[in-house]
Amino acid sequence: MAEEGRLVMDERAVRRAIERMAREILDRNGGAEDLVLIGIQRRGVELASLLAAEIQKAEGVELPRGSLDITLYRDDLSTIGPRPVIGETHIPDIDGRNVVIVDDVCYTGRTVRAALDELSDFGRPARIYLCALVDRGGRELPIQPDFVGRHVQVGPGETVAVLVPEIDGRLAVELRKVKRE
Amino acid sequence: MSAAIGFGKDLIGLEHLTAEQIRTILDVAEPFKEVSERAIKKVPALRGKTIVNLFFEPSTRTRVSFEFAEKRLSADTVNIAAMGSSVVKGETLVDTARNLEAMRIDMVVIRHSSSGAARFLAERIPSNVINAGDGQHEHPTQALLDLLTVRDRLGRIEGVRVCIAGDILHSRVARSNIWGLLKLGAEVAVCGPPTLVPPGIHELGVCVFRRLEEAIEWADVLNVLRLQLERMEAGYIPSLREYNRHFGITSARLGRAPRDILILHPGPMNRGVEIDSDVADGPHSVILHQVTNGVAVRMAVLYLLAGGAPERAEAAKRGTGDES
Repeated sequence: MAEEGRLVMDERAVRRAIERMAREILDRNGGAEDLVLIGIQRRGVELASLLAAEIQKAEGVELPRGSLDITLYRDDLSTIGPRPVIGETHIPDIDGRNVVIVDDVCYTGRTVRAALDELSDFGRPARIYLCALVDRGGRELPIQPDFVGRHVQVGPGETVAVLVPEIDGRLAVELRKVKRE
Repeated sequence: MSAAIGFGKDLIGLEHLTAEQIRTILDVAEPFKEVSERAIKKVPALRGKTIVNLFFEPSTRTRVSFEFAEKRLSADTVNIAAMGSSVVKGETLVDTARNLEAMRIDMVVIRHSSSGAARFLAERIPSNVINAGDGQHEHPTQALLDLLTVRDRLGRIEGVRVCIAGDILHSRVARSNIWGLLKLGAEVAVCGPPTLVPPGIHELGVCVFRRLEEAIEWADVLNVLRLQLERMEAGYIPSLREYNRHFGITSARLGRAPRDILILHPGPMNRGVEIDSDVADGPHSVILHQVTNGVAVRMAVLYLLAGGAPERAEAAKRGTGDES
């Protein structure tokens, strides 16, 4: 993957988007009550912790958080093959709660489909929202995010890279060329 | 790295795996431990796959462990024990397997008393074959779960001193352990009666202790093998009591060790022969931890082999960020 990319959102833009999404989540939910944030591995987990920090600033409550690795719920094991890296899955009590699934990029919707399947094996939330920092379109399933940081047009041969400090050393969104070999 | 996960079709033994491949299996086993702690102990990764557990030798622990692993990955499984099957009517191994293939299976887990049976089968059918123990050759998933347990408890394998004690000569567990441990950088020794230690084993880079006391002084880990009781009838050892006196792991012996020694045993145990009860149930025994890890390691192996296109996993991994 090419390292140099075209900047779509710098750190300040990402932080503003997260502040706004935090407000929207609180608005829609009528406060922080019963909210649980579940990040999809890996970058969704880091974004969920940024959202949690914003919500704590606004409401003074620390939301329960979890992480979800959907690798074992994918529908493409036979075509893509096994993935040798499987992240941690840790789900707090979600029965009767209002769960916000946090992902970095919403694209085909297949990750979210897998996440919904996996979550339902852990409990029965009262409702589930979907929050994505970037919506790049291209859905293959009838799944839409409730909270979006930025809609991004992606050209052919391009891909969206969400960068987070814990993994990439900085907070940003870039468009990159997909390397073909 | 792509070679590291290119396991090919089968898992026959650890002898021909690289250190990187073995580490990948152990790393993939980690998240599978957590699946077994969930309220719903099941993920859909192998949904629609059909797996046959073909056991030509009696086994409870290994078969049940594989079966749990398969079911927790949502595969459909069938168990065939040699007794009560057409094997007793004289059907050959290949005929049995071909008949199963005709029913459209995806994987075979095989346990057989002949060394080489797993490879023989793997070369003749397109399904994935996993060796669950073949004669005196290898028992790779047992060694993998032993490695995982040592890594869990000591935080590493490299540089750890592991002594395998007992009947080394006839043991597929010993052989697989030796390959795996050496590849991952452990120091390996064996200890047992001279009749049960294969001549020339030091050429593999394995140290041989004649006396258990020396092994205990040296080791961080003792992997205590089951003594097959028929070895006494065959004249390899004079008596079980004699064996226990010289090679039995007792708390009195361990009490003289300069450090705490981790005690592993692949089971089933002959209490009072190769291991005393107060050791088997004592604070340094990790025997039940091994059993728990066995399910996770077997899930990892099944998962890694089931995809069938491991070279494409790398391509998929490169497309991080927005692949979905």
